[in-house]
Amino acid sequence: MRSSTHATRMELLRLRRRLGVALRGYKLLKDKQDELMKQFMELIGKIREMREETEKHLVQAFQGFLLASAVMSREEMEGALAFPNKIVNLEVKTRRVMNLQIPVLNLQAERPVYCYGCANTSGELDIALSNLDIIFSTMIVLAEREKALELLAAEIEKTRRRVNALEYILIPDLRETIKYIELKLSELERSNLTRLMRIKEIIAG
Amino acid sequence: MSTSNIAVIGDRDSVLGFKALGTAVFPICNDRPQEALDIIEKLCHERYAVVFITEPIAQKIETELSRYRYRTLPSIVLIPNNQGSIGLGRERVRDTVKRAVGIDIFREEAK
Repeated sequence: MRSSTHATRMELLRLRRRLGVALRGYKLLKDKQDELMKQFMELIGKIREMREETEKHLVQAFQGFLLASAVMSREEMEGALAFPNKIVNLEVKTRRVMNLQIPVLNLQAERPVYCYGCANTSGELDIALSNLDIIFSTMIVLAEREKALELLAAEIEKTRRRVNALEYILIPDLRETIKYIELKLSELERSNLTRLMRIKEIIAG
Repeated sequence: MSTSNIAVIGDRDSVLGFKALGTAVFPICNDRPQEALDIIEKLCHERYAVVFITEPIAQKIETELSRYRYRTLPSIVLIPNNQGSIGLGRERVRDTVKRAVGIDIFREEAK
């Protein structure tokens, strides 16, 4: 759609400048979108495998606990797990992808996971706990990646909308308006020229 | 750079083991999801970086959870509970991909 403007030379110059800026912005945004998409695609593959793997192992670990709870009473189990020995520290840094701040998680664990004596607990609980301990670091990595995926997705969506707005609306509109003004100006020039020719004819006549 | 904590929210039996791993555990009932929301809101203020939540609870507060999706932190991750996975976590990843790419690329790969 052509925006309503005065068909003047000044307006034409202004619009041409705007078109230049719009084209440059479009190109930059398109590059940004491509790069985000590339990172996104890399991430998807990793996450999909990882999630399936994690879920599988987690369910196995849960089954281990179920097994342990068959051998021990609930109170005993809760008592055994009530005072954790292990200390986890999650170090949070951020890395930048384009304009995004993506968290990077670094798990630091101290001391072994077993927090109870051998007397009142069953071997099943040991196994279940060690299984859970093993997959826990994977779960943290998964948490980091899923967050990155979500942030990237939101940014891609936003960028795509901007790219489309420039590509399909702003730039064509500017082009159309510029063309309209150019045609109008040349039409004016032609009519002026014929007028001059006619006047010359009359004077000469 | 800073250190922060990890929380696990879920039904009692599922989250029991996480306690020994040194995470903060919040056992709640499956049919009281509102509690989970209150806990999450509190955790946000206390700079928890990762919150694991079991799928059955997350299912009931999905719309509220989506508020946290595009924040830098916390990262809320769905995990199956001891009844097995209901596929909500995978569904969420797929949903995210669909929004970003515009098409459901996972389904194409499955063909």
